[in-house]
Amino acid sequence: MRKIPLTPRPPLPQGERGSKKDNLLAPLPLRERGWGEGYKQALLALLLLIHGAAIADTFGYPLEPQQIAPDTYVLEGKTEDFSRKNGGYIVNTGYIITADGVVVIDSGPSKRFGEQQRTLIEKATGKPVIRLYLTHHHPDHFLGNQAYGEIPRYALPASKQAMQLEGEAFTANMYRMTGDWMRGTSITLPDKEAKAGTETVGGHQLETIALSGHTPGDLALFDHTTGILFAGDLVFNNRAATTPHANIAAWLTALEKLQSLPLKMIVPGHGKVAQDKAPIEQTRDYLQWLSATLKQGAANGLDMNEVMQTPIPERFKAVALAHSELQRSVSHLYPALETDSLKPAKQAE
Amino acid sequence: MTLFRLPACILLLIITLGNPVSAAEQSGHAPADPLNSPQWGVMHSRFLNGETYVFDDKVKVLAPDSAEDSLNVPITFDASALQGVEKIVVMADLNPIPGVLEFRPKTIPARLSFRMKLQQGSPVRAAAKTADGVWHVGGAWVDAAGGGCTLPSTGTATGDWSSTLGKVSANVWQRPDNNRLRVRVMHPMDTGLASGIPTFHIEDMNILDESGALLAEMTLHEPISENPMLSLDVGKHTGFRLEGHDNNGNRIDAEVVE
Ligand SMILES: [Zn+2]
Repeated sequence: MRKIPLTPRPPLPQGERGSKKDNLLAPLPLRERGWGEGYKQALLALLLLIHGAAIADTFGYPLEPQQIAPDTYVLEGKTEDFSRKNGGYIVNTGYIITADGVVVIDSGPSKRFGEQQRTLIEKATGKPVIRLYLTHHHPDHFLGNQAYGEIPRYALPASKQAMQLEGEAFTANMYRMTGDWMRGTSITLPDKEAKAGTETVGGHQLETIALSGHTPGDLALFDHTTGILFAGDLVFNNRAATTPHANIAAWLTALEKLQSLPLKMIVPGHGKVAQDKAPIEQTRDYLQWLSATLKQGAANGLDMNEVMQTPIPERFKAVALAHSELQRSVSHLYPALETDSLKPAKQAE
Repeated sequence: MTLFRLPACILLLIITLGNPVSAAEQSGHAPADPLNSPQWGVMHSRFLNGETYVFDDKVKVLAPDSAEDSLNVPITFDASALQGVEKIVVMADLNPIPGVLEFRPKTIPARLSFRMKLQQGSPVRAAAKTADGVWHVGGAWVDAAGGGCTLPSTGTATGDWSSTLGKVSANVWQRPDNNRLRVRVMHPMDTGLASGIPTFHIEDMNILDESGALLAEMTLHEPISENPMLSLDVGKHTGFRLEGHDNNGNRIDAEVVE
């Protein structure tokens, strides 16, 4: 077993006990009825120490711009879970080169990512970034914001609110899962409210579509000029949809809206860019299957583990991480359904 | 499958050395812990009183590979493939409080589903003691990493838990082999490890049939999740009584009908 260096090197700024800073370090409410916040802080500190000692790397993300239209590019992430190997680069981000400058869609999982993404974009295009759109509040989509400090950052109000509420805890999670790739990452919130509607930016007719379902605020950006849809995580392609903040009914409604667009290409939040609507259809099919599986399980009195054993249908065999995402989705969505399946018992007086 | 009994002197040595697996392996008789946990020796002496045990596939422990919500990790054990199970002890080697629960089935199958709090990745084991005095041990390794976009549930931080304390909701599903009983009891289940919140948890719970015959007894410990949710296989019974107490003497007493 490897010895862990116990040098007291605080990984995060320390506040006075009970001060506001101290509260930020504890990602959970003080009255949390679990193990207590002390454990979590200690664990995080320890993991950071182990990691700082273990990795000596350049932390360069393998960013390869993929041209999908004359002036539109995608940086395609892997269809994996967060890991120390991929540094959180499991997400698609993109950019549109307009006459006025570059519009960027999502800033990625870390400060390092945002910096490398912006450097690459400005070098490759010779133009400045003029605007950043954030599709939703999940950490892999907005933790690169620090690199865009002086650039207008657009998000739906619900996304901004959730980033504010959960961003610190997400960052702690990401440190835990990807380690030093996260170094220096802290929350930079969006500073512009994205409003539904169409606007011309440097010759591109960009439509902001305000939806929800994957999260309480899901922004899809449709470029009428090229017919390209940046769908955020409303659409996954051959990668199982994730549901930690999902409302499946709202999500299905959102997919209907996307289905109706005159689009030529879809950039999903995760998975390959597609030239047809197949990823919308696949995401819809998967969510309907998931929803039915969970509802049937609750109606039949199954416990969580029994639902988690449900075999993945043949048609989703190509969908990466379907089994592990099913397990996670049961954790996210089953408690509400099983509560509905119970009746109050007769209490003795 | 080999039976193994630790001589008391070796047990003492193991505890002293704090390195039970290797010490036991040196003795040449120890079945290797399939979950390869350095704590197994300690678990064995503490929860199985150092008694004869065997690692046995007939005791199944179902759990997700990774705990998405570390305060609500679903665990199912099934020892119904064994004859004459007197009790099942559930433990998580690496938890700050490793003892999870004890289940003593009287006339129903040795199978139970529940949720627990897991502080970090850990083996979760179920050890079933049969009438011959041998422990049959099954287990699963549960990683507590989560998915990154999920935060642990925060529990009744602000809620009015006191007004629902001990309230039971339940349902019964008729099935060909065994009917299914699912029961949820409202209770904070405080571990005592969060600062300023003393230990407060359900200690014992009995499940009886309509006529008052005992079907199973349970002892719950602090790692059981808030508002315990239990699923049991209950033979052909359709009516039940649930009785129990928490460590502050509050009573649980409810009737469940289909
Ligand atoms: Zn997402």
